[in-house]
Order: sequence, then C-alpha cells, then structure tokens
Amino acid sequence: MGGMNWPAVRAIYRFEMSRFWRTAGQSILAPVISTTLYFVVFGAAIGSRVSAVDGVPYGLFIVPGLIMLSLLTQSIANASFGIYFPRFAGTIYEILSAPISPLEVVLGFVGAAASKSILIGLIILATSALFVPLRIDHPLWMLGFLLLTATTFSLFGFVIGLWADGFEKLQLVPLLVVTPLTFLGGSFYSVSMLPPFWHTLSLANPVVYLISGFRWAFFGTADVGIGVSLAMTGLFLVICLGLVTYIFRTGYRLKS
Amino acid sequence: MPIISIANLSKTYASGFSALKGVSLSIERGEIFALLGPNGAGKSTLINIVCGIVTPSGGRVTVDGHDIAGDYRAARKAIGLVPQELTTDAFETVWNTVSFSRGLFGLKPDPGHIERVLRSLSLWDKRSSRLMTLSGGMKRRVLIAKALSHEPRVLFLDEPTAGVDVELRQDMWQLVRDLRGQGVTVILTTHYIEEAEEMADRIGVIRGGEIILVEEKAALMNQLGRKRLILQMQAPLETIPASLDRFGLALAGEGRELVYTYDTKAERTGITGLLTALAEAGIRFSDLRTEQSSLEDIFVGLVRGEAA
Repeated sequence: MGGMNWPAVRAIYRFEMSRFWRTAGQSILAPVISTTLYFVVFGAAIGSRVSAVDGVPYGLFIVPGLIMLSLLTQSIANASFGIYFPRFAGTIYEILSAPISPLEVVLGFVGAAASKSILIGLIILATSALFVPLRIDHPLWMLGFLLLTATTFSLFGFVIGLWADGFEKLQLVPLLVVTPLTFLGGSFYSVSMLPPFWHTLSLANPVVYLISGFRWAFFGTADVGIGVSLAMTGLFLVICLGLVTYIFRTGYRLKS
Repeated sequence: MPIISIANLSKTYASGFSALKGVSLSIERGEIFALLGPNGAGKSTLINIVCGIVTPSGGRVTVDGHDIAGDYRAARKAIGLVPQELTTDAFETVWNTVSFSRGLFGLKPDPGHIERVLRSLSLWDKRSSRLMTLSGGMKRRVLIAKALSHEPRVLFLDEPTAGVDVELRQDMWQLVRDLRGQGVTVILTTHYIEEAEEMADRIGVIRGGEIILVEEKAALMNQLGRKRLILQMQAPLETIPASLDRFGLALAGEGRELVYTYDTKAERTGITGLLTALAEAGIRFSDLRTEQSSLEDIFVGLVRGEAA
C-alpha cells in the first residue's frame, strides 16, 4: 500500500482554503459584524441591566458562548459545503478516481473546514477584546477546546455534506437542530440559571458540555465538570468518525 | 502482459439495470483502442469501473498488473481520465486546477510539466483565466490537461469530441497520436465511426452490456474493400446453374437478384468473366448496380444484432 498520499491531502487542503481566501471579505467581515451586533445588543443594551454571572460581568460572560456559536455553525457550513459542492457539480469524479484513501480525503476537507472555523473563532475573540477586557484563565485548554470542537463539528458537517442530496437538506440540520441546540445550550446564560426541570433537560443537549468546558477555560467556572465536558465532546467525535468510516466503507452517496 | 486486463466484469445498478454482463477485454500496451457503441451500451460504466468511480458487481480488473480494488493506489496512478461531462470548478484558474490534479495523484509540484501540458493544449495564454470564463471547447482542453497532469500511462477519453468544433477535433486527434508516440495507451469511447476510423489501432463494439466484437481496424477496413454487384434478373431464378459455381453467387429478392461479392483491391475483379458466363448460361438481366459497405454499415448492422 505504501505511505500516505500527503501531496493529495495538501492539494485538497489548499484548494479548500483558497475558496476561503477568495471570499476573505465575506469570510472575515461577516463574523466581525455579527459579533459586534451581539455585543451591542447583549453586552451594552441588555448586559448593563444583567448582574454578573459567577462573578463575571455579563458582557465578558457571553464571549465563550459567542465563539462556540460561530465555531459550530461555521464548521458545519464549511465542511458540508466543501464536500457537497463537488458532488453537486460533478467534480467529485476526480477525487474518486485519484489514488487517495478515505482518511486522506477526510484529512484534507475536514482539516480545511476546521482551520477556517478556528480562524473565525480567533477573529471573534479579537473583536471581543475591543468591547470587553478579556480574561482567559487556561489559554492552552481554550485552544484545545477550540481545536477539538472545530474538528468534531467539521466532521459532523462532512457527514451532512455527504448525506444531503439537495441544497435544502444542506441547510436543514444546521437550521433545525444545531442552531436551537446552540442557543439553548447556554451561549448567553448559564444553564444553572434555569429552573430545575429545564436544567435537567438541558443536560441532554451535547452543546451544553462544549460551551461549559470552553467557558471553564476562560473563567475557571463551569456548569458541568471539565472531565465530563471533554468526555462528551470526545464521544461525539467518535460517533462522527464512525459515521464517516461507514460512509466510505459502503460508498454511500459517493459511488453507485 | 496487457496494460489493462478485464475479466468477466459485471455491473448491476441499484435500480436493477444490468449495465455490464460479463465483459472480458485486454488492452495492449501503447495501442489506441476505440470502444464503439450506442448510448446506454455500457461504455461509460466500463470506464468508470476501471477508474474507480463505480464499484463493480463482479469480475476483476488489473491495470499494469495492479488490481483496481486490492492495489488501487498503483492502479489509479497509472490512469488519466477525461470524463464525458464538462465538470469544472467554476471559480478556479486553469493553472490552479491542473496543479491540483497533479497533487491529488500524489506527485510533487512540477511547474515545467504543467507548462508543457498547457502549451500542448493551447491553454498557456489562458492559464490565469477562471474556468467559468472559458468556452466549452476550452473546458474540454482543461479536462484533458488535468488528466495529463500526473503523467499517466493510460489515458481514458470518454466521448472526447462530443459537441466539439472541427478545429479542436483535429487538435485532439493530433494530441492522441503524440501521446501514443510517447508510449501512452489511449482508450476512447465514441459513437462517431469517423473518429474510430481515423485514430484507432483496434476497435471494440459494445452493445447491451456485452462486447460483441474486438477487431484490428485494418481487418475491419479490409471488409470495406469488398463490393457487391447486384444483377436484376429479367425472370426469377430458382437455382443458380452449376456452371456459375466458381463465382460464389447468391440469390436475393425471391430469385430476382443475383449477388456477386468481389474485392476491389484484387488484380482481377472477375466481373467480365461473370458476365460472359451469364451470357453462355442464357441468363438475362435487365439492370445492375454496385454497393459498398462502410464501417458505419458494419457497425449499424452489429448494434442492431444482424450479422455484418
């Protein structure tokens, strides 16, 4: 079999990233504008009337949630579009006929999608610094969570991009599942602020663990333990890996 | 050892449609092989299986000795594919998309090689153009450049001249000849007889998922040298007199026509002898005409299931 086909991984990665840079204006400006809007609405307008959460001023408290919100949606959007578009346009023939293993295809596409969303996450972090004095207690953990979440949800997006057989389906899962889960997962509040019933229900939402872990990296406080957060994110990563492996084994939606 | 060897290959799609029914075929190293057949005969399915785009239901394929399933990396590295559809990344430039293809096939960047390929396809001036700004013919050239970017030993051209203007067709034929000169094996599918006639060393005909004929083009062309002389009888003949046996005549049209087949390239056609013998036998004819079968006739006869 020989070693890995690294030139192919690099080719796919660079090809995907070039799309990002080609539309750099939109890619970078959009998250900056939306972050600014969130800060104007939640930070300045509403935040001034909300008391500090766990000793963290509300404007600062929403920073991890804001980054997670974009990280999740961007990872899914980038990865699903990245693999769906060649399928839609027909250019996938070249990837199917090239001497590439499924692992290399995933590395190229998911690696690029995760890189893009991490970049956007860092841009949002930098934009936040313009509005609130940033505080990051565990910077390495913060980067670790950023990487893990971006990878996991890019894989998830890749699965959606393989499954979708139309542009509507491409939007369906992010719109109906991911956005609600993110908003209800404590992006803008701590789930411990909820009444007991809703608090318990929230623990079934996987995004709660992502945001909680990420917030812990910033402020050292969390809704659930950091270990549980890591374990849940890891579990989701494994599930996505399993799905991708299954898809390539069977050639589902890729080959007839 | 043939460069491609296909044994008992079959493909049944999920819809139940059986596109290939036990195809066996050997492609010799360095030849130009034309696969002829009507739409839906299985040409593209056959190519797509060899290239790894479609999974076969049964059978075995090796490319340069490498199994396409067990040793897919080595098998696919040897192959360049130009698909039938003009599928390109609209926003990429010519240079980037061709370089991308080379990378996919595991090779280090080689600007010199990409330049040679682009120049040979008259794409050099367009290297910085985005693909969506190119005409259909130019896009076809880009697809060929992508297929040649990794220096394949086998090139598949699936309907290369469908919807292509005369100039590009001539260029394409020249390119294929140049490639053969470099030792590249070329397999092309087409439904233009003219194309097969112009370029191929061997011709295979596929119909309904089965290969029904594989022949040296020269042998097929020999059949083209044969002509038929058809004599219209004044009165219908029941049998052909024994004195005419040596001419190998056949009766047609309920005895109203006498058919004589002869070789135009032979030194003597035997026509004069036949006419003399007919007069001696007292057989009178009212009219005569000659017919020549073309490769197209042979092909049409084959795909309709008649004997050639």
